[in-house]
Amino acid sequence: MDAERLVYMANQIVSFFKVYPEAEAIAAVETHIRQFWDPRMRKALLAHIEEGGSGLTPIAKAAADRIRAGAPAKA
Amino acid sequence: MTAPFDTDFGTPARDATMTVTLEIDGLPVTVPAGTSVMRAAALAGIKVPKLCATDTLEAFGSCRLCLVEIEGRKGTPASCTTPAEAGMKVATQTGKLAKLRRGVMELYISDHPLDCLTCAANGDCELQDMAGAVGLRDVRYGFDGENHTKQAKDESNPYFTFDPSKCIVCSRCVRACEEQQGTFALTIEGRGFDSKVSPSANESFLNSECVSCGACVNACPTATLIEKNVIAMGQPERQVLTTCAYCGVGCAFVAELQGDQVVRMTPHKDGKANHGHSCVKGRFAWGYTTHKDRITKPMIRASISEPWREVSWDEAIGHAASEMKRIQAKYGRGSIGGITSSRCTNEETYLVQKMVRAAFGNNNTDTCARVCHSPTGYGLKTAFGTSAGTQDFDSVADADIVMVIGANPTDAHPVFASRMKKRLREGAKLIVIDPRRIDLVRMPHVEASHHLQLRPGTNVAVLNALAHVIATEGLVNEDFVAERCDPIDFKMWRDFVSKPENSPEAVEAVTEVPATELRAAARLFATAGKNAAIYYGLGVTEHSQGTTTVMGMANLAMATGNLGRTGVGVNPLRGQNNVQGACDMGSFPHELPGYRHVSDTVVRGQFEKAWGVTLDAEPGLRIPNMFDAALDGSFKGLYVQGEDIAQSDPNTKHVTAALAAMECVVVQDLFLNETASYAHIFLPGSSFLEKDGTFTNAERRISRVRRAIKPMAGLADWETTMALSNALGYPMRYTHPSEIMDEIARLTPTFTGVSYDLLDKVGSVQWPCNEKAPEGTPVMHLGGFARGKGKFMVTEYVPTDERTGPRFPLLLTTGRILSQYNVGAQSRRTENVVWHDEDVLDIHPHDAENRGIREGDRVALMSRSGETTLRARLSDRVQPGVVYTTFHHPETGANVVTTEYSDWATNCPEYKVTAVEVRATNRWSNWQEENDGFRQLTTRISAAAE
Repeated sequence: MDAERLVYMANQIVSFFKVYPEAEAIAAVETHIRQFWDPRMRKALLAHIEEGGSGLTPIAKAAADRIRAGAPAKA
Repeated sequence: MTAPFDTDFGTPARDATMTVTLEIDGLPVTVPAGTSVMRAAALAGIKVPKLCATDTLEAFGSCRLCLVEIEGRKGTPASCTTPAEAGMKVATQTGKLAKLRRGVMELYISDHPLDCLTCAANGDCELQDMAGAVGLRDVRYGFDGENHTKQAKDESNPYFTFDPSKCIVCSRCVRACEEQQGTFALTIEGRGFDSKVSPSANESFLNSECVSCGACVNACPTATLIEKNVIAMGQPERQVLTTCAYCGVGCAFVAELQGDQVVRMTPHKDGKANHGHSCVKGRFAWGYTTHKDRITKPMIRASISEPWREVSWDEAIGHAASEMKRIQAKYGRGSIGGITSSRCTNEETYLVQKMVRAAFGNNNTDTCARVCHSPTGYGLKTAFGTSAGTQDFDSVADADIVMVIGANPTDAHPVFASRMKKRLREGAKLIVIDPRRIDLVRMPHVEASHHLQLRPGTNVAVLNALAHVIATEGLVNEDFVAERCDPIDFKMWRDFVSKPENSPEAVEAVTEVPATELRAAARLFATAGKNAAIYYGLGVTEHSQGTTTVMGMANLAMATGNLGRTGVGVNPLRGQNNVQGACDMGSFPHELPGYRHVSDTVVRGQFEKAWGVTLDAEPGLRIPNMFDAALDGSFKGLYVQGEDIAQSDPNTKHVTAALAAMECVVVQDLFLNETASYAHIFLPGSSFLEKDGTFTNAERRISRVRRAIKPMAGLADWETTMALSNALGYPMRYTHPSEIMDEIARLTPTFTGVSYDLLDKVGSVQWPCNEKAPEGTPVMHLGGFARGKGKFMVTEYVPTDERTGPRFPLLLTTGRILSQYNVGAQSRRTENVVWHDEDVLDIHPHDAENRGIREGDRVALMSRSGETTLRARLSDRVQPGVVYTTFHHPETGANVVTTEYSDWATNCPEYKVTAVEVRATNRWSNWQEENDGFRQLTTRISAAAE
């Protein structure tokens, strides 16, 4: 999956949640990506972070880190 | 199914709790107060002769045929205009009345052609019936004097003829145009003997303001206004009650047939969505079902550069299954997926998602609701707990203030628009939020109090400014919020919208809406003690902040207490007939039927038990993700049922590149659509007339689709999916779609009460339909929200990344018009092309002048994505800086120009905002020239196989 596109999508999700307190925003972005992104998209995003994660906002990066550490999607 | 659909009670029903009992011809009758004597008689089984009365229109009292005698009263009052009263004793048949009626009929017949045997209405003519009913045997006045019997016909309309020689000037057509349709296109011109029906200012029907809804044709008691099909074919001999396959209003229709040929489609008077009304598409534009372009044989080919080869169903299905299995073996389980159209039935979409999940073994299933109303599902579920509109259509009759945002109901949802207009004529106030001056802004007897003509892409800023006024001017319904909503979320929202940067004055520069207008609109919407209802369309959802806008509307409705009763609510006007249903049926890659996430182990367990397979707990690919994955090389096979992604999805070049990168594309459709050019297997589809099933309309109403004729290709769509699933090794053994619905009901809590038996019994039901609501739920969230407390969300305005600049200084927004429907696959193959045979670009005269563009000039429309050529129409419906076009014609390819920007939550494309430039040209675009050649190459069909 095109990393640039995924970075754009992740940052776009952040653009909605960033008005919330940071911890809440990070959790919301994580949940959203878990619930709506096919595993290969999440995998590609995490691979992009492995390579430095350029372009990702801090909230998106923090959410991705939680995805890496956590379990599969939850409703 | 046949039924006596045509009972006419003469005048409309009255909805009163108090009843009156009277006696008619010696029979006691009890009716609601306000009921006419004529209707009371009809309810008692007594027919009073009539001509100007029909129960879809208010009584008029002009024909003088329905006279009755009432004990203790003088004269012979018209029964249609006389209300029934308690204790009344009415006689409908007396010698005096018989003489009067014969006299009236003599006068009518003295100016009417006596060609009954060759008249198109023979067998369905109320004048003929009444002549019989009153025992007319002689016309004393002769036919030699001045009369109207030689008047010329108006045959300009493609679907019906107006023959004034047969007109009895009963005004039913004029009243239908006013009362039912609300267009006021017809009038009675002249006085006395010179009176005649006149479209607009004595123009032809085609050139008049007539919108061809057919209400006048339905209302006409003679052959004056009659379908050309009836003239050509004669009267139908059987009827099948079904549901229209066009927009999300979901009108009930009676398909009237001779053998296996449809003669006409007439709106069903008892249809709960349309109450006997229709639009030009549902009423007349069904000829596509037998169009010569229909493909009725399965076809395959090894590559898209080869001609199609007709094969047997077995070979086509076997080949499709084999290819899908081959691809999965080579590229992995997640390398294939399926897409359905919201034109398909509930049962079909349910089967496709089941096949994808159970037979493909992944969740790569999506529906075209992705590209229209997916933000509605996300936004309303977040706020209220249910992914659906809150009201029934009837609710608009109780609205005092109507807010229409990003919707053009008179074009896209015309039958509901007629009901909305009726309420507006009764005095409800209207707020329109739209970049274009849509018809509702100002039309006969309707004028918006406020038209907030915002810059495309600034919906959220406008909604926040409305909320700012409500929050800062003490207009919040504090009691409602305290009782029904989460207080923490509400406080956060109130603090946010109260910030100065969300004030109307602060956002004026961005939205281009005058702050004073915005403040006035907010105050009107929040008027205490009034019902305010929001209706919206794709002008809300098809933005990068589509979901945010849906949440913003939900916030407004909660803040003002406009939820949980009739006359209020947040109401999505769904684009296609079954958008709601497709979403309900689990067509999205992250949700099982009933909007339950695939990761929910309990829910997934229920489906695994019922389906006998292990299901994937991870969400699958959404449509745009499928395209990205195809270009990435990880998605190689696609089954597309009824959807034309190559024409309807944004950035055509990206979509077609993705399709071209796949190894097997299976298209199941009525026609060789644009997507089929990239397909390797074509499975012929069946039209809505050829199958059984259900559609769920925008008000959550589940209605039956009934098979009127046999499938032209031999299989209904649900049978085709079933065959493919069986060939893939996952058995499906339904013998009728009712069994599929039974399975849906078993597995979906909001559908547990739904069955074909129930639908046959009550006509239609709105979900939730279960043990708590055995006959459905017209209005949701009564007393509490489905999620518990209503959830306010903070909706910060984030400008789209699609920006204008020196290269692309204009903003393009797209939409659809009355006579055409979406990508036009159906409506382009009808006589509706009389009204719209090409997409045109609306451009403001100032922008046109700056570019040297004149009316009708061919212009190049260019964006960062691509370029197309079409004709320009100078129009001040759009503001300077904004241009508009439709996307009905593949030759134009409007989506060559649109971009891949999409909604942050759902990936719903941002069709409504594209930065463009327009210049005069004398040539087609490169894309158009290349596509023309490509279509010729990819639509070839070789000789039929035996």
